[in-house]
Amino acid sequence: MSVLDSKIPEGPIDKKWTNHKNHINLVSPANKRRIDVIVIGTGLAGGAAAASLAELGYNVKAFCYQDSPRRAHSIAAQGGINAAKNYQNDGDSTYRLFYDTIKGGDYRSREANVYRLAEVSANIIDQCVAQGVPFAREYGGLLDNRSFGGVQVSRTFYAKGQTGQQLLLGAYSAMSRQIGKGKIKMYNRHEMLELVVVGGKARGIIARNLTTGEIERHSAHAVLICSGGYGNVFFLSTNAMGSNVTAGWKIHKKGAFFANPCYTQIHPTCIPVSGDHQSKLTLMSESLRNDGRIWVPKKKEDAEAIRAKKLKPTDLKEEDRDYYLERRYPAFGNLVPRDVASRAAKERCDAGFGVNATGEAVFLDFASAIQRYGKEAALVQGEDVDNSEVVTHLGKKVVEAKYGNLFQMYEQIVDDNPYETPMMIYPAVHYTMGGIWVDYNLMTTIPGCFALGEANFSDHGANRLGASALMQGLADGYFVIPYTVGDYLSGDIRTGAIPTDSPEFDEAEKEVKERLEHFINNKGTKTVDYFHKKLGKIMWEKCGMARNKEGLEQAIQDIRALREEFWKDVRVPGKMDELNPELEKAGRVADFLELGELMCKDALTRNESCGGHFREEYQTEEGEAMRDDDGYTHVSAWEYKGDPGAAELHKEDLKYEYIELKQRSYK
Amino acid sequence: MNLNLKIWRQSSPNDKGKMADYKITDVSPDMSFLEMLDVLNNQLIEAGDEPIAFDHDCREGICGMCSLYINGEAHGPGKGITTCQLHMRSFKDGDTIYIEPWRASAFPVIKDLVVDRTAFDRVMSAGGFVSVNTSGRTQDANNIPVPKEDADKAFDAATCIGCGACVASCKNSSAMLFVSAKVSQLALLPQGKVERTERVLNMVKQMDEEGFGNCSNTGACEVECPKEISLENIARMNREYLVASVSSEK
Repeated sequence: MSVLDSKIPEGPIDKKWTNHKNHINLVSPANKRRIDVIVIGTGLAGGAAAASLAELGYNVKAFCYQDSPRRAHSIAAQGGINAAKNYQNDGDSTYRLFYDTIKGGDYRSREANVYRLAEVSANIIDQCVAQGVPFAREYGGLLDNRSFGGVQVSRTFYAKGQTGQQLLLGAYSAMSRQIGKGKIKMYNRHEMLELVVVGGKARGIIARNLTTGEIERHSAHAVLICSGGYGNVFFLSTNAMGSNVTAGWKIHKKGAFFANPCYTQIHPTCIPVSGDHQSKLTLMSESLRNDGRIWVPKKKEDAEAIRAKKLKPTDLKEEDRDYYLERRYPAFGNLVPRDVASRAAKERCDAGFGVNATGEAVFLDFASAIQRYGKEAALVQGEDVDNSEVVTHLGKKVVEAKYGNLFQMYEQIVDDNPYETPMMIYPAVHYTMGGIWVDYNLMTTIPGCFALGEANFSDHGANRLGASALMQGLADGYFVIPYTVGDYLSGDIRTGAIPTDSPEFDEAEKEVKERLEHFINNKGTKTVDYFHKKLGKIMWEKCGMARNKEGLEQAIQDIRALREEFWKDVRVPGKMDELNPELEKAGRVADFLELGELMCKDALTRNESCGGHFREEYQTEEGEAMRDDDGYTHVSAWEYKGDPGAAELHKEDLKYEYIELKQRSYK
Repeated sequence: MNLNLKIWRQSSPNDKGKMADYKITDVSPDMSFLEMLDVLNNQLIEAGDEPIAFDHDCREGICGMCSLYINGEAHGPGKGITTCQLHMRSFKDGDTIYIEPWRASAFPVIKDLVVDRTAFDRVMSAGGFVSVNTSGRTQDANNIPVPKEDADKAFDAATCIGCGACVASCKNSSAMLFVSAKVSQLALLPQGKVERTERVLNMVKQMDEEGFGNCSNTGACEVECPKEISLENIARMNREYLVASVSSEK
């Protein structure tokens, strides 16, 4: 078992990043013009990195599978972005953001990385405002904030329920500027299908032009993987339909270690599944928990009556409702972190208190917020505070201004008006904290291959706090990689352009083509979706919100059998040299079928509960996650050995020098 | 419910293309429109036929990837939604549904219902940005207060998802709503005002070069826009353009 070198700089934690930047190697402007960088993915991490590196003078080639870089799934992030600005003067600071993130991650993330994230967070807001990102403002013209789960300050900046969209369009505009200048060459409708390693270094990729089907070779001095998370291994998730692990999995098979794959985030507030036809799940922003109260009936007979539509939730008396988060976690109430809120919902539903036909839903209720805001508005506007009609009307207007687009989205999908009856929600797969292992410089275990944003593992430990994904993606892309990639590339100033006719490129291209040909020529009997749905079901049932040894062992057997069947019996219509969405999906599902096994193996190896990883065997009497700090205060980084089942474990010990390891409590 | 579908099939950009008939049974009203197409495609594959190519990704109305002209309307019936947010409860048993791609010379068909919208990206590269480097070394975000009203209007314009429904709905295939949304967003904010002259001139020039038509103030774009971007933005862009044309030294 080797020791991973995380390359954390010396010195006190608040000086590490500054010291590191001061002593890092630089590349002169003239030399940057001779260096090529490939960026895979154009979300917040990839878009920000591509724009920043092009501004610095590197030749950037950016790739995305969508028809435009503006469509990456960062765009769907709703609630907001955290930053330690302390504009509200409510006690926030860099240290507190650092502390909240470590604690929120259940003490399984790397201190130095998280501190750096907190340190640069304030700059992100400055940067985005300068780019013309229209954040929400107060009447005085200054920026507004709200609160998110797992914290007790208001440090979340937002643009209604479309914060991700606005930030991504900011990064896209920065990219557009560089595309116009010719410093970024944009390859849309392209998918990376292999990494090319020459002399032990990442030197290029094999990509497929999704419009023509052509297989292309692209070389560079460094390759940045910014391709997001792997939540679609569950088939049903809040990810986009095309979100996939392929880029990350390809580099894993070429030598990049995959860290903590079992850490997946199940988001508590999503719209429940409606039937077998379901293709994806829709999130309702965590920001709703600022004002919405979560409850189920106290009595089982009431829950049964609601399920049978014999009783309306609005008719249930206050004393017959169980606001279970407020009951169990009085200090944080409805704003406990996501893993805690999800498990609590599952616990109530498993106990028979679920409120929809399938029994897998709880209420998210805005009635008291509407009254509270209505009274405030009535006072300000000089209206009658005791007139309930006026108060309700004014209250609904305030709620609409805050969450209007989310309420509309809900109504569109469910065909129910959430201003009148409480929303029904249930947890769904949303984000993956695990990912490619990177050192402090965001470099993987393959020299010259970096991983940014959700694709890496580094900042969120075993559970990510709300509004922190946007922060990490932009921090990695705008403010970290421009320094650290230069340090690596300073060794490449005399290399010159990397040729694409080397045997390594030949070999990589051959592998890619053989695999695609297999799919086309297989002529099996079952569609790609058939296998993907089956895999998703195995993962959700055995490696989802709760896991146990027996289930995980079974899942590994099931996945292996399914994988074998997939390669024998999958049917992919059409040809290789044309736009062929089924062929794209087949490649992605093939990778998910391998990743799924590694996730189960990782979950099986981690004999403790922490954050999003809940092993039923390891819980307190009150049903809270029970960590084993002596045994598992480490990152599990897996090395590929020819088969996911044969992956070899490497451990990076996590040292807590600035924050004391404690039992996480939100009570 | 059971439905008759008439769908545009075109194997490649050079193929002439034609409408083809399909029947689909047991459609649940809770399905989204795209989930209905998923079911159809899986049936086609199992029967050994070619599935229908269509663009889609986030399936929650924000990425702008999905398109489709459904029964003569961009993103189908319903106001303020994209095709992926359209649910089958908007249709009834026995309905015939016509499904076509965006039709505009600036958006050539790639295959079936998939079109090439990269013209939008080129218009953005011509000026849809503030020329500020991403160093983070700007001034504090609260140094310049922005009146809430301006910030809100800028936000409303910025919610454009770049789907192209405005172009598809316009009898002239004009991209004025799309371009004006970006011009407005940046003209309304102090950060964007510095380059307002150059921006509007460059973006409009590129828009014309891409082959989009002229605006004749019919307003179909506003009606069909899934994000309900207001025609006010076009009026604002016209003012910006006029002032820029008069004051520019170019």
